[in-house]
Amino acid sequence: MELQVRNDDRTEDVEDALVPFEDVREHLVVVGNGMAGCRAVEELLARDAGRYRVTIFGAEPHVNYNRIMLSPVLAGEKSFEDIVINPRAWYDDNGIDLIVSDPIVTIDRAAKSVTARSGRTVHYDRLLIATGSDPFIIPVPGKDLPGVISFRDMKDVDTMLDAAATGGSAVVIGGGLLGLEAAHGLTLRGMKVTVIHLMDTLMERQLDEAAGWLLKTALEARGQTILTGADTAEIYGEGKVEGVRLKDGREIPASLVVMAVGIRPATALAKEAGLAVNRGILVDDHMVTSDLNVLAVGECVEHDGNVYGLVAPLWDMCRSLADGLTDRHTGYRGSVTSTKLKVAGLDVFSAGDFSGGDGCEDIVLRDASRGVYKRVVVKDDRIVGAVLYGDTADGGWYFDLLKKSENIADIRDLLIFGQGYASGGGALDPKAAVAALSDDAEICGCNGVTKGQVVACIEKGACSLDAVRATCKASASCGSCTGLVENLLAAVLGEDVQSGPKTMCKCTSFTHDDVRREIVAQNMRSIPEVMQRLHWTTPDGCSSCRPALNYYLLCALPGEYQDDQQSRFVNERMHANIQKDGTYSVVPRMWGGLTNPRELRAIADVVEKYNAPMVKVTGGQRLDIFGIKGEDLPAVWADLNAAGMVSGHAYGKSLRTVKTCVGSEWCRFGTQDSTGLGVKTERMTWGSWMPHKFKIAVSGCPRNCAEATIKDFGIVCVDSGYELHVGGNGGIHVRATDLLCKVSTEQEALDYCAAFIQLYREEARYLERTAPWIERVGVEYIKGRIVEDDAGREALRARFLYSQSFSQDDPWAERAAGGNAELHQPLAPIAIAAE
Amino acid sequence: MTDWIDIGTLDDIPQRGARTVQLPGEKEIAIFRTGDDQLFALVNECPHKKGPLSQGIVHGHSVACPLHNWNIALKTGEAQGNDEGCTPTIAVRQDAGRILIARPATVRAAA
Repeated sequence: MELQVRNDDRTEDVEDALVPFEDVREHLVVVGNGMAGCRAVEELLARDAGRYRVTIFGAEPHVNYNRIMLSPVLAGEKSFEDIVINPRAWYDDNGIDLIVSDPIVTIDRAAKSVTARSGRTVHYDRLLIATGSDPFIIPVPGKDLPGVISFRDMKDVDTMLDAAATGGSAVVIGGGLLGLEAAHGLTLRGMKVTVIHLMDTLMERQLDEAAGWLLKTALEARGQTILTGADTAEIYGEGKVEGVRLKDGREIPASLVVMAVGIRPATALAKEAGLAVNRGILVDDHMVTSDLNVLAVGECVEHDGNVYGLVAPLWDMCRSLADGLTDRHTGYRGSVTSTKLKVAGLDVFSAGDFSGGDGCEDIVLRDASRGVYKRVVVKDDRIVGAVLYGDTADGGWYFDLLKKSENIADIRDLLIFGQGYASGGGALDPKAAVAALSDDAEICGCNGVTKGQVVACIEKGACSLDAVRATCKASASCGSCTGLVENLLAAVLGEDVQSGPKTMCKCTSFTHDDVRREIVAQNMRSIPEVMQRLHWTTPDGCSSCRPALNYYLLCALPGEYQDDQQSRFVNERMHANIQKDGTYSVVPRMWGGLTNPRELRAIADVVEKYNAPMVKVTGGQRLDIFGIKGEDLPAVWADLNAAGMVSGHAYGKSLRTVKTCVGSEWCRFGTQDSTGLGVKTERMTWGSWMPHKFKIAVSGCPRNCAEATIKDFGIVCVDSGYELHVGGNGGIHVRATDLLCKVSTEQEALDYCAAFIQLYREEARYLERTAPWIERVGVEYIKGRIVEDDAGREALRARFLYSQSFSQDDPWAERAAGGNAELHQPLAPIAIAAE
Repeated sequence: MTDWIDIGTLDDIPQRGARTVQLPGEKEIAIFRTGDDQLFALVNECPHKKGPLSQGIVHGHSVACPLHNWNIALKTGEAQGNDEGCTPTIAVRQDAGRILIARPATVRAAA
């Protein structure tokens, strides 16, 4: 520490200053400011805060951040600030000297000193090497071209973001976790991405062939090109990377190549200092190297023949290291690892040995349509490995059984269905499942936090998810254990849990269901009243809660509530769909997909008159006119109104279209008049506001040409009547409908449709489609309300029709007549004043 | 000396809403009126993909871009939260019931 002499005439101070302050504590110098180095210091401080004077050298210009979270930064889900583990204040508060951007280049063990690149030399009593690992660069021609990078630190992320800003194509070499995360992030950032993987299965170290195939299929569905069994011959380009050539001769053009084939322990520094190094720096159970005064921890070490590349073992090592430095002799015994990951948003888990072999038996569950695959490998009645894809909820439980080597003979029949079934509950109660875990079961793999630690932290007063994250760090990194932590909160605190992320938005601590219930119970009548009575924390909400509140009030008070235009998304305020260039697209309603010469002429005239650059037939059987300016909308609507057409609500959380096939009037297979029924259905339902968009279809026979079984409400005509289907969706997650019931007349079909829509309007959360809503409440519940309760159904239908009596005014006609003209006209600057 | 341009009255702009104004040779400007009747003016382009901010939901002293829901601080034009970018701001004031915006430099040079 530097001596400070102040020019000060107060004697006491001068005397204080003149006594040279000598820090007599042992000096611990840490080489590496990454996750392992800092965690080791954290563990040390927790045991004996004042014992060592600590200096940390970092090669990067940053404070300690969570390297695992670089992927969300790349994907745009988090910022660098979000992934900082220890901010500058942590170093200051603990008296740690942090020297960044200055890597250590030599260790002089005889003099017990280290020298950094800048020439700075520091003496140590104990040295901790935490240099982590280096990305492995495959030695192919062109590997040093500009535009070829690895994916290891913030600098790489910045390079990728720069490249993505100009678009184009990227190649990622390596189909392991890191490579797939890079590919996912670059895809989200708008690049066309090809992944080249040497092996036949993606993530072959974590996944078996079946799970790897599911992953590959899912990634391809998102637009990535995945080439497995592909060996890179060279990276070509003049002065910068232009593409990758494979050994089979294929060429993939790219302006960016990310090399993510693996990592190697960074041992060069230790090797040069003469320390014993094999694959990694050799350490004993207290992380001591071949030199008693030099320790090493993390990805750069080799312990008992093992090198680890995951965080959980690293936490174990840091604990043993800190114990050793503070004369506690626990010792590290190696780690059994499991991997629970979100790869590009897909849940993946694996643990133990799943390569099979003598005496190994597989228990497998496949549910291809849900994208779920589970495989548990059993040997001598004990779990030795597990691979889960799509549903990883039971990963922790299998891993716990594996680590404890428990005999599973008694629960073998139900083992694959998960803990809920196997422990006799019959149904899967997540709270019971987490309650049944033992105290040393790991909850958070990223931060190495056990159930016992989470529970202790909750019992000490952490009553919310955020509080748990802030205190013991569980769920603070990748977030895949958030559900487990929430269930632990519920199990420990019962009703007292302060639910964190499930609130409507950051403006309130209430959930959607709470708010809705209170709006009705307290007869609230406006958005400001809701915010006032329910203690909103913001003056006028946010873009998430305002549209929801507007809808809930609209639904609760048909005919009375004054719709708040400023709480509508732009499309619903402008009654047209905004496009990326700020123009709008206009879709007039075509009842049941039917049209006529007059309508088509009017549309053709509009297209010519307003120079619309494109007209497209939509999936909902109508025409979409693109490129209309906001100012022109009222005039366009006036022209369409004149031909008898009204708003198609293609822009709204509302009834979109009723798609039909031609039915018995023309089709030789048709059993009923599907077109006519479609028109009647659309006439009844158009104009209604809903929690989300709502699509209907009517097919004239079970061949189902109108695709009724992927609609929110689908009618399939049969000889003896009408099958009614609900909860279908053709979006990202395709979901086929559930059969609600069969009815015999058109009128019944219409009545059930109205009742179902009203139930959805009243009970689904804002922005929840029918598919997730039905998954949440169960189709049996819907049947109970619509099919089995005649009086209830009739009441729902009546409420719907009452609400419709206020909502079936064409919003276009009102605007065409001059209503809300200010929404379509700019202000006119009228005078210039100078001062 | 700043040139000020009269663009209308407070009543011309809906509360928690915005209107636009087009000056010759300039990018379109969005004038925002917040829930507490303060006025702000920004270039009508989100720093992200140039979405028309005037069509966003105004909440507090921020606006959510209608295209991808970036939140932009009305006072500084800066993207909030995890997003980075900044939209140019234009000085705006009220005088005797009229809204005045500062004449942008390029217009002045051209005039």
